[in-house]
Amino acid sequence: MNPALQGLLTIAIGVGACVGYFYFANQILDKVIFPARGPNAGRNINRANHIRPWLFLFPAIFALGLYLAYPVVETLRLSLSDREQGGAFVGLDNYSQMMSEPKFWEAMRNNMLWLIVVPAMSTAFGLLAAQLTDRIGWGNIAKSLIFMPMAISFVGAGVIWKLVYETRPDDIAQIGVLNAILAGLGGAPQTWLTIPFWNNFFLMIVLVWIQTGFAMVILSAALRGIPEETVEAAIVDGANPFQIFFKIKVPQIMPTIVVVWTTITLTVLKIFDIVFAMTNGQWETQVLANYMYDKLFRAGDWGVGSAAAIIIMLLVSPILVWNVHNARKEMR
Amino acid sequence: MADLVLTDVAKSYGSVNVLKHIDLDISKGELIVFVGPSGCGKSTLLRMIAGLEKITGGELQIDGMVVNDVPPSERGIAMVFQSYALYPHMTVRENMQFALKIARMPKAEIDERVEKAARILQLHNLLDRLPKALSGGQRQRVAIGRSIVRDPKVYLFDEPLSNLDAALRVATRIEIAQLKEAMPDSTMIYVTHDQVEAMTLASRIVVLAGGGIAQVGSPLELYERPENEFVAQFIGSPAMNLLAGEITATGDRTTIAVEGGGTAVSGVPSLAGDMGKKVNIGIRPEDFVETAEGAEHIFSGRVNITEALGEVTLLYFEPKGGDDPVIGKLQGIHKGLRGQTVRLSADPAKVHVFHDTQSLLYRDRPVKRITTKAH
Ligand SMILES: Nc1ncnc2c1ncn2[C@@H]1O[C@H](COP(=O)(O)OP(=O)(O)OP(=O)(O)O)[C@@H](O)[C@H]1O
Ligand SMILES: [Mg+2]
Repeated sequence: MNPALQGLLTIAIGVGACVGYFYFANQILDKVIFPARGPNAGRNINRANHIRPWLFLFPAIFALGLYLAYPVVETLRLSLSDREQGGAFVGLDNYSQMMSEPKFWEAMRNNMLWLIVVPAMSTAFGLLAAQLTDRIGWGNIAKSLIFMPMAISFVGAGVIWKLVYETRPDDIAQIGVLNAILAGLGGAPQTWLTIPFWNNFFLMIVLVWIQTGFAMVILSAALRGIPEETVEAAIVDGANPFQIFFKIKVPQIMPTIVVVWTTITLTVLKIFDIVFAMTNGQWETQVLANYMYDKLFRAGDWGVGSAAAIIIMLLVSPILVWNVHNARKEMR
Repeated sequence: MADLVLTDVAKSYGSVNVLKHIDLDISKGELIVFVGPSGCGKSTLLRMIAGLEKITGGELQIDGMVVNDVPPSERGIAMVFQSYALYPHMTVRENMQFALKIARMPKAEIDERVEKAARILQLHNLLDRLPKALSGGQRQRVAIGRSIVRDPKVYLFDEPLSNLDAALRVATRIEIAQLKEAMPDSTMIYVTHDQVEAMTLASRIVVLAGGGIAQVGSPLELYERPENEFVAQFIGSPAMNLLAGEITATGDRTTIAVEGGGTAVSGVPSLAGDMGKKVNIGIRPEDFVETAEGAEHIFSGRVNITEALGEVTLLYFEPKGGDDPVIGKLQGIHKGLRGQTVRLSADPAKVHVFHDTQSLLYRDRPVKRITTKAH
C-alpha cells in the first residue's frame, strides 16, 4: 500500500477508535449500566454523572500511566536491584557504588555549574534582547534571528558549535571560526573542548545560544504587557532609563522571569544531547544525563544507570512543581 | 506674572496637525480645565506641558523659563494619570517615596513629606498595602498623593475621575476642590469630558476643538457669553438651540426675524451694517418660556416627545428637515403637551446672536472656524 494512504488510514482508524470509544462508552453507561428509567432513574443519572468523567479520562490516564508512571516505578525497581545477581534486591548498593565514583561527582558538579550559568545567562540575554529589540525599527528581524536557534535540535546545535570550536594542526588553514580568528590575530590554535573546566562553559554557550531566543520571546511579550502609564509616571518622577528598567519594568515582569528561569532550569537539568554530541563527557565535561546513558547503554549496568536516572528525577521534580505553581499563578 | 505661558504651541504627528496656534496664559494658583470633544487633543496638550510629548511648534514657559526641551522631572510638574499608573509592585508608601528617592532626598524629609500627604489624603492605614488591594477611589488618592509629595509648581490631571463610578466621582471631585483650596498657590490643569467637573472645579475653562482653542473663560462666562456656536452648544445640557434668522432692526438691541415665523429680540447690540445679515440665534432650552397664543413668540412648533424629570419638563419639538430638534426646558411639571403646538419666547438678555458661527458680542476677535460638531 502507498505509505501516504497507510498514514491516512492510520489516522482514520485512530481518530475513529477514539470517537467510537467515547460514543459507545457513553451509550453503554447511560443505556445499559445506569439507565435513566425505572424506579431508580434519578439515582442512576447521578451515578452515571459521577462515573462519566473517569470514563472519559481513562484513555489518557491509561496511556500516561503506561508510558510515564510505569517507567518511573520500573526504573526505581531496577535501581534497587543488581544485574550480576540476576536482578536480586540489593537495597541502596547501586547508589553507594555510584556515589563512590569520581565521574558521578564530576557530573554532579558540572550539572550544578550548568544550573547556575545557563538559566541566568539565557534569561539575562533574553531580557536584554527583548528590551532592546522593542526599541528599534528592525527589532522584529533581530528577534527572528535570535529566536531561530530554537528551531535547531540540540544535536544539530552541538554539531554546528563543534565546527566553531574545530581545531586543525598549526600549519593548515583553520576551519573553526574561533581558531581562525585566533590565528588571524597571530595566536596558536587551541583545542577548546579539551581545556578542562573551561570547556564546560564552551558547551554551555551552545545552550545559552538556543535558550536566549525562548527567553526573549516570552519576556518581550511580558514587557509589552507593562502599562505604558507606569513608565510615563516614572519618567515624570525623574527616573532615568536604567532606573525605569530595573525598578519599574523588571519588578513588574518578575513572575514571568521566574517562569522562564525555572523552565530553562528544567531543560538544563536534563541536558544530554549537547554534551553527548560534542565531548561525550570526556575532558571533565560529564553531566548526569550523559553519565546515566553511559552506564545504562554503554556499560549495560542498568542498576547504576537507573540510580542516576532517579537522582535526575529527584533534582527536577521540586523545580517542576515550583514552575507549574508559578505559571498557574501568573495565568490568574 | 503668569506662571505658565503657551505661545503659538503646535503639535503634529508627521503630517497630521493635532494642535496649532495654542496661546494660553495660566497664572499661579489657577485651576484650569481643558474640555472638548473626544480626540480634540486635550491629552496631547497636557502631555506636552508634562514633557511626555514633544512640542513641535511654539514655546512653553514655566515660571518665565522656556522648558520645551527640559525633561519632565525638571519642569516642576506632577501628573495624575487616568488609570492611576501606580507602580503595582510597590506599596502605597513606596509609590509615594519613589520620586523623592530618585531625587536623593534625605530620608527624614522623605518620611515627613509622605506623612504629610498621607494626612491630607487620609491614606494612613493604607500605607503598607499594594495598589491591587485598594479600591478605585483609594488608588486615585494615592496617585494624587504621589504628586503632592513632590510639591510641584503645576499639577496635571488627565481625566482622573473617569474610571470611578458616579457616586465616587462626585465625592472625589469635592475632595479635589478641597485639596485645591488647601493649596491655593499650586496651579492645576485638569482634563475632563465631564461638564459638571469642568463647571464646578475650574477657575477658567479652556474649550479645545478642531485643533485649537475655541474659547477661554470662567465657567459662567462660557455659559453666559459663548464666543461661537461651538462653545455655545458644547457647554450646557441639553445643548443650546440654534435658529436661523435675519436681522431686521439694529441698535442697542437687535431684532431678528426667525425662520418659521417668530421674531426674536436680543440684548446683543448690533451695528447699522448688520442689517439684513443672515444669523443664527441661540437660546438655551432652560431660557425658553411659554407664551400665550397671540403674543410675540420666537418659536412655535408641535411637541414630539416630552420628558418629565420632576423639577423640569423637557419638550422635544418636531424637527424641521434634517436639523436637530428644538428643545425646551420648562420649570415644573407640564402635562398633556405632547402633540400640542407650543409657543416659546425668551428674555432678550438670554438671546445670543451668531453671525458666521461667531457671536456678535465678540465681533472684534478673529472668526474661528470649527467644523466638528459639539455633540
Ligand atoms: N502617536 C500619534 N500619531 C498620530 N496621531 C495621534 C497620535 N497620538 C494621538 N494622535 C491624535 O491626536 C488627536 C488628539 O488625541 P488626544 O489623545 O490628545 O485626544 P483627547 O482630546 O485627549 O481625546 P479623549 O477625550 O478621547 O481622551 C487624536 O485625533 C489622535 O488621533
Ligand atoms: Mg485623552
